[in-house]
Amino acid sequence: MSPRIVPASTDAVRRRATPLTITVDGVPVTGAAGQSVAGVLLADGRRAWRSGPSGAPRGVFCGIGVCFDCLVTVNGERDVRACRRRVCDGDVVTTQSREAGEER
Amino acid sequence: MSRHVVIVGAGPAGLAAAAAALRAGARVTLLDASDRPGGQYHRMLPAEYEAENNGRLHHGWDDFDRLREHVLTHPRAEWWPDSSVWSLERADDGTSTPRVHVLRGPADGTGRERHVLMPDALVLATGAHDRVLPFPGWQLPGVFTAGAAQALAKGERVVVGDQVVVAGSGPFLLPVAASLLEAGSDVREVLEANPAATVLRGWSTRPWELASQTGKAAELAEYTGLLARHRVPYRLGRTVVEARGDGRVEEVVTARLTADWTPVPGTERTVAVDAVCVTHAFSPQLELPVAAGCELRDGFVHVDEAQRTTAPGVYAAGEITGIAGAPASRAEGLLAGWTAAGGDPSDRAVRSVVRRRDQGRAFAARLAAAHPVGTGWPDWLRPDTLICRCEETDYRTLRAAAEDPATGAPRAVRLGTRAGLGPCQARICGPAVADLCGRSPDRAVPGLASASHHRRPVAQPIRLGELAAPPAGPPEKEGEQHP
Repeated sequence: MSPRIVPASTDAVRRRATPLTITVDGVPVTGAAGQSVAGVLLADGRRAWRSGPSGAPRGVFCGIGVCFDCLVTVNGERDVRACRRRVCDGDVVTTQSREAGEER
Repeated sequence: MSRHVVIVGAGPAGLAAAAAALRAGARVTLLDASDRPGGQYHRMLPAEYEAENNGRLHHGWDDFDRLREHVLTHPRAEWWPDSSVWSLERADDGTSTPRVHVLRGPADGTGRERHVLMPDALVLATGAHDRVLPFPGWQLPGVFTAGAAQALAKGERVVVGDQVVVAGSGPFLLPVAASLLEAGSDVREVLEANPAATVLRGWSTRPWELASQTGKAAELAEYTGLLARHRVPYRLGRTVVEARGDGRVEEVVTARLTADWTPVPGTERTVAVDAVCVTHAFSPQLELPVAAGCELRDGFVHVDEAQRTTAPGVYAAGEITGIAGAPASRAEGLLAGWTAAGGDPSDRAVRSVVRRRDQGRAFAARLAAAHPVGTGWPDWLRPDTLICRCEETDYRTLRAAAEDPATGAPRAVRLGTRAGLGPCQARICGPAVADLCGRSPDRAVPGLASASHHRRPVAQPIRLGELAAPPAGPPEKEGEQHP
């Protein structure tokens, strides 16, 4: 199994889920308004989206903007902390790598 | 004209500071990097969720909600969400309050607005984040800090996994496990690294000091009850010593620990998981206090009886002065805000606040005694265990550099191995590198700043374009929009 979001229909906090769509490396991914980029990626079942210097996969570690492991490019802006940036409908997210020769 | 107090951080300490400064008659600007107040303790759901019952995920929600409403709607208060303080600029004369350089806009955006505030007093309430000790495999996806699991569950209802082990040390393990259970995860076990003897000795001496923290005690009792109902084992003296998996965590190895956290050979057990949440302690976020010139003591900001730091015009409250939880942070915040606004700390109006602050300090000492970080943990490292996650510096490389007399000083170790020089700027590995390198102090080099791993002249990332753009309005005008 993998990370997921508590469905709004059964959530005890009684909330609304307003769907939105972003693209991740060109692939459409659905999330809910108000989520962080990291939250959308995790709820989509993705655990890793960035590579460290050795090419090893990285995803969320600290979740509050301290570790910089979850960096993504959003609408052309590099090095955005996915855990701190709220998604907007239509955001174009591309993944990053620090691997030598593969930097993106 | 009334004093202008700028408060950095809108968690329990910062919000309380704002309320007290307003009560003392000041104008207040309250800043937070998040778009909602509450900090990590009262991390709110996004406004877009339109949650009818956000309070269900919180302790003390009603009080928080009232305080938030009071501060954010107060005519003398300005609330600056999405605001990152990237620099504090000390005055040349060294006697006045630093200028506060702020970026306003979406996190790590390119077109954020630059502002410069020139407050009469500055209250720093920047909080803390998890301190996670390195262990083999901790860089695998699916290994989270406990704070990450909590922020995702509380802040946007995302659960990090279905089969989860929560491990490390301190009372924070319990609310994290509770959040995961509430969201439907199977928490396999909760592991407190300290043995029962240490924890009991820490908590049971001078029990009268705990009487003031009944709210905290009730909260903990509720969590332990929840663990019992879900039949989640809470084991003491055991921790996660390795995470394994192919590209993501699939199992963890746990081991019994001696009192000083040395793993006991032959006690290893393997547990299948799809996520592991770890926290061994908390690291205070000290780059702004260090930039302001505040003296540190025992790793925290040193404050006097009135929450004044050693830097002129700068006050501190909450976890940056010591880890004591939300009630203590609120008391410190109230006192810091009151005195920053020019209030007399011996005033009858704050007598009970001073008492609660003192009780909070006693609680912090007890917490530290009950949940110390042992010194034996390097025994669970292997030569190829990553110490610096950003630069992938392993234990072997770090030890070799630290033991070489030519490169053994911390500054040289960092430059030689790159440990602590990556994107997180040593926020994660700084304490571990200091421990592993024996804390040998750098020889002071005249004209060079100290090598403290908290020293980050640029406290938050700023883009060159933003740096080049002029601030929005001259700083002198900042105050004129207020009556």
